[in-house]
Amino acid sequence: MAKATKENVVKITDPESDEQSSVNSEPLQTLIIEDVKYKTRYNKKFTNRKLYEPKDPKKIISFIPGTIKKVYLSKGKRVKVGDKLLDLEAMKMVNTIFCEYNGTIADLYVKEGDQVPKNFLLAVYK
Amino acid sequence: MSLSSKSTDLKRRMQEALRGGGDKAIEKQKATGKMTARERIIALLDAKSFHEYDLFVEHAGRDFDMSDKYLPGDGVITGTGTINNYPVCIFAQDFTVAGGSLGYMHAKKITKIMDHAMKLKVPLIGINDSGGARIQEGVNSLAGYGEIFYRNTQASGVIPQISVILGPCAGGAVYSPALTDFVFVVDKISKMFITGPEVIKTVLGEEISMEELGGARVQAEVTGNVHFFAESEMECFEQIKKLFSFIPWNNMKKADPFPRKPPRVRQYNIEKIFPTNPRQPYDVKDLIRGIIDDSDFLEVQSQFAENIVIGFGRMNGYTIGFVANQPLVLAGVLDVDSSDKAARFIRYCDAFNIPLVTLVDLPGYLPGVDQEHAGVIRHGAKVLYAYSEATVPKITVITRKAYGGGYIAMCSSHLRADFVFAWPTAEIAVMGPEGAANIIFRNEIKDAENPDEMRKLKIKEYKEKFANPFVAAAYGYVDAVINPEETRDMVIHALQISADKKVDVPFKKHGIPPF
Repeated sequence: MAKATKENVVKITDPESDEQSSVNSEPLQTLIIEDVKYKTRYNKKFTNRKLYEPKDPKKIISFIPGTIKKVYLSKGKRVKVGDKLLDLEAMKMVNTIFCEYNGTIADLYVKEGDQVPKNFLLAVYK
Repeated sequence: MSLSSKSTDLKRRMQEALRGGGDKAIEKQKATGKMTARERIIALLDAKSFHEYDLFVEHAGRDFDMSDKYLPGDGVITGTGTINNYPVCIFAQDFTVAGGSLGYMHAKKITKIMDHAMKLKVPLIGINDSGGARIQEGVNSLAGYGEIFYRNTQASGVIPQISVILGPCAGGAVYSPALTDFVFVVDKISKMFITGPEVIKTVLGEEISMEELGGARVQAEVTGNVHFFAESEMECFEQIKKLFSFIPWNNMKKADPFPRKPPRVRQYNIEKIFPTNPRQPYDVKDLIRGIIDDSDFLEVQSQFAENIVIGFGRMNGYTIGFVANQPLVLAGVLDVDSSDKAARFIRYCDAFNIPLVTLVDLPGYLPGVDQEHAGVIRHGAKVLYAYSEATVPKITVITRKAYGGGYIAMCSSHLRADFVFAWPTAEIAVMGPEGAANIIFRNEIKDAENPDEMRKLKIKEYKEKFANPFVAAAYGYVDAVINPEETRDMVIHALQISADKKVDVPFKKHGIPPF
């Protein structure tokens, strides 16, 4: 059993237990590294981290915020790799979004003149 | 004209220049809670030690009706003085004069004092409080910034360069502090960003306030651009004076020694700090305070990447740089931010002849897709590079876990640490017993009648055989296994022996660290 002389020293009842204990009366979290559970605090960046989501190939999304200048698509249009899909004006330049997969466009969500943020859904494949 | 009338004329000119932007502008500055530039210099430097130069420099702008305007000192105050009797060169931008904007002569004043600091080999302090480039002077303002950045780089590693952000510092201007060694900010007063909120709103449509984008707190906690955070300007100046008591004033000197004092063992007793359960955390700062002189620890970047602790302390009266894993936050793992934080500090200490003491207690690197995609590989490599390259005395103390790549990165003997000590609680292994047992004894566990029991047995076996410092000591990777209470004496002795350490390095212009 460990005795504490200061407030911020860990108080443990059982040396081998994984029971929730606290430092500075702030409850500790669990972090698992290589199958071992450590009791520790998280920091803000770790708590707010974006969890990974695999890219959905059916979605065409904007990679930068900007204004839609020209749309080369329409619902039901067949596209192949290398085709121009949309022109997006951003950062004082015209950015063209090219086709990455062969397929047919199922739905189009923007028109010329729309202002879109980053990661906005522009169109979907069938 | 007699001498006395000339003196009177001089007095008049000086008073006009010393008024800065005038009473109205000064009132406005005070209303936002900021001190004036001269007040700041007087508060920071030793009493009566400041001597100002280039008071009568006038601006060079000729377009846009600039010829009619009188800008005292062109918006910046430069001079020399002392801090705790250390000579320093200092410049402070005056926000009351044309918003502290940088013009051709303003930059010339700054580069002049920077050249002085380089020649005289004394530290340079820059108090930034400026609206940015003076648009009326066009490309001359950019030229001014460029000249400053070049000198920041040339001076880097030769003289200590301190930046104090006591106002806005935006756009190109903010690169000068970024190139300096230590950046100080004050809550609600400092603002640092490359593109401001208005531009971000227009171009990207994202709305954010100046404080949330690049205020002092954000810079201290999130971006890691700054090293010291204060609640008030006076507190900031106290921090600067404290830092100066630790660092040498150029790279050919060592910091002045202080009288040796024992640590405050009643407050920071090493044996009481340590939990028995190796998976429970403790505050490594208490451990550091338990071994340094007078328990006087100056932590650097205390609010950024808290899973590693860096800072200055003294042992046997001499300044030492400390790098320690903090098990209290994220179990003390190394990740992108902590690697950056540690690597730059190690290089600073190496550049200025400050010995390094490393306290090791980490389970490895932080797993996660966000870490991998952020490039933890090349960031983690920075720590390895920095430790290997450093030729100052390097002492390592392994207190608990040191698994895998983390063991190597935290100044192991392979990266040419001079002395590596380990406590009896140290576990130097490829990985923790649980992880290792799962891999090595996978078949035995699978084929056993009771897999859980077999797992527990194998973990116990591995723990007894490998989770200790003696396997590493058997190969000489650990120089001595010591008791915790012997740490201070062993480290001080090692530092005394290494005082005149000299290593030969192969000739190269410079290496290529993974920036």
